[in-house]
Amino acid sequence: MVSHSDDTQKLSLKRVLRDERFWKIAFQVITALVVLLLIAFFIGNLNANLTRRGTAFGFNFMRNPAGFSIGESAIRYLPNDPYWKALLVGFSNTFTLVVAGIALTTVVGVAAGVASFSQNWLLYKLSRVYVGLVRNVPLLLQLFFWYFAVYSNLPRPENQISFVGIVYLNNRGVYIPWPATAQLALFGVGVVIVGAIAAFFLWQWHLKIRVATATGGKPQLYGLIGLGVLVAAIVVFGLNWRIPEEVEGGGVVGGLRLSREYVASLSALVFYTSAFVAEIVRAGIQSVSKGQWEAARSLGLPAPSVMRLVVFPQAMRVIIPPLNSEYMNLTKNSSLAFAVAFPEIYSIANTTFNQTGRPVEVFLVLMATYLVMCLIITLVMNQLNRAVQFKER
Amino acid sequence: MKKWGFLGLAAALTLAACGGSTDTASDGGPGTSGGASRLQTVLSRGQLICGVDGGIPGFSFVDESGAYSGLDVEVCRAVAAALFDDPNAVEFRRLDSTERFTALSGGEVDMLSRNTTWTISRDTSVGMEFAPTTFYDGQGMMVRVDSGITDLEDFAGRAVCVETGTTTELNLTDQMRRLGVEFEPVVFQDADAAYAAYDEGRCEGITSDKSQLIARRSTLPNPDEHTLLEVTMSKEPLGPLTVNNDSAWFDVVKWVTFGLIQAEEFGITSENVEEFLGSDDPNIARFLGEEGTLGTDMGLPNDFMYRVVTHVGNYGEIYERNLGSESEFNLERGLNDLWTNGGLLYAPPFR
Repeated sequence: MVSHSDDTQKLSLKRVLRDERFWKIAFQVITALVVLLLIAFFIGNLNANLTRRGTAFGFNFMRNPAGFSIGESAIRYLPNDPYWKALLVGFSNTFTLVVAGIALTTVVGVAAGVASFSQNWLLYKLSRVYVGLVRNVPLLLQLFFWYFAVYSNLPRPENQISFVGIVYLNNRGVYIPWPATAQLALFGVGVVIVGAIAAFFLWQWHLKIRVATATGGKPQLYGLIGLGVLVAAIVVFGLNWRIPEEVEGGGVVGGLRLSREYVASLSALVFYTSAFVAEIVRAGIQSVSKGQWEAARSLGLPAPSVMRLVVFPQAMRVIIPPLNSEYMNLTKNSSLAFAVAFPEIYSIANTTFNQTGRPVEVFLVLMATYLVMCLIITLVMNQLNRAVQFKER
Repeated sequence: MKKWGFLGLAAALTLAACGGSTDTASDGGPGTSGGASRLQTVLSRGQLICGVDGGIPGFSFVDESGAYSGLDVEVCRAVAAALFDDPNAVEFRRLDSTERFTALSGGEVDMLSRNTTWTISRDTSVGMEFAPTTFYDGQGMMVRVDSGITDLEDFAGRAVCVETGTTTELNLTDQMRRLGVEFEPVVFQDADAAYAAYDEGRCEGITSDKSQLIARRSTLPNPDEHTLLEVTMSKEPLGPLTVNNDSAWFDVVKWVTFGLIQAEEFGITSENVEEFLGSDDPNIARFLGEEGTLGTDMGLPNDFMYRVVTHVGNYGEIYERNLGSESEFNLERGLNDLWTNGGLLYAPPFR
């Protein structure tokens, strides 16, 4: 009797060990334990080291005055402002770099990607050489190249270059016309966005009427033209543009100065990331089956329309997900701009932790900042991705 | 509240562990934790790891063959000589100005001898321990001779190149705020990039410690085209340092440095040190370890200063070799002379 129950117990243990469900749970538990132990080790190590050095973890130092100057800033900053303000300035600089970078990268990358399908031999070769060259050289090297080779060869302020008297170039940076105040600049951007949305709906309305009746839709078309003229008028005359002006003996007053550091960083980031985007766009377009091209052509569509109306919308499905990761790369790579003295957040954080001796806290802030920026990009791109997927009805 | 802070920290640290990109959390290692002094670690390793700049002729400079020279470098060699009777038992690590403190507090280097300015915040909140000053300096400004700039007020609307993570960055801001001058700082991580940008005209001026400007000027393409303004923006006492809360190790670095100064005061040089052995002067006998237990009390051999002077020489010899009459810079001793000669160098008694 006793031996029998022993047997069943052994059997049940064996059964448990052979049960797939048991192992699934066991592995989860082991993994969780390892992760927790790792975290505990790191925290313990950090605490031990901080105690040894006689410092305590905390963010109160952020309220102390920073005491260093920052070369350029999108928001107002004085040297006796606190550290958090200095970091905010760094973030604002990173933000302007990333936003301009993403916008320009999209344009340059898509253009280069589409150009690789061009029938024009020169355009095709140019696109291939650009991608091949830029993708295979480290970004830091390219940053130094733009900063020390390209923009340092610009003339000194005494004999600066001018484009039709509204854009000036010298080795200090680029001077462009800019609305008189930040509020006006934001207003201008708002007008353009609202105008674009209105134009989109007007165009849809126009198309709907055209499809339904094959004629008509004229009022909508006139409305569209009127809207365009109105927005253009507001942008040109309503923003009180400040045009840069040359001063006697060199130098420029008025307008917006994009520092050489900013322009060099932007150029390097845009041309580097665009090369990758070009390949993504090329892959996306190639993924559209040949039949689609042929079908579109057999309907009598001209070559640009084939690309714009048939191929590209289908390619978007393949393009958007990897494009997301390129945008994130650009965001993270913007931290390299500190090498050419652009005061972005990594550079400011570097100075901050060096001045305060609090690398752990400052790096946590830094990591959180990049994390949030990348998550926001992902969020937007996921929405976009959902919009371009096949609609299965 | 505290619990939540730790949870956030835990999440962030896991990120750091996966990314492996922070230079603080991932570099803990068993070597740095535990209560033992760094001295034991260094002795059992049989080699000193010393953080230096490596790009400033006269202080620490790597030549074509990879050999290090300069005043900062010789301080490292002096400590190595005291520990191992071998001035070459040093591994040098080149650190830039923002890496240096994390490298030291993370345990990557045993000590820094990297033209670092002694300030109260570095001593307290940054968590460092400063050994005696080995070079008294002041912040200067270098401009082109043909720029017509003669004082700091002339920098209104102009650009100044500066290295990040240095006291010079802060002093410059303070001085300009005091004078009410609006200027544009162009802040570089890397000193080489800063001097390159200055050289090709991005900035009208470049600021740093005067000794460093003089040394760097010699490496510019046309040294004669550049001049130092007649201003001193700050006090810059430069010296070696160790990490906070390790007295045993700090004492070694501190007293070897003092020993270099004391040796000069006694007139003991690398050439005549043998003559001082068996001296009747009890001060010298104690200093060279023939009497008393000054060395062993510190955890070193009793003749540690004899070793240092034999291999490296006294402070005066080091100075003349690297910065003074025997070097290309030919700098006056000035403040960096013994107190008996009107300078600021003064070692407490060896007793």
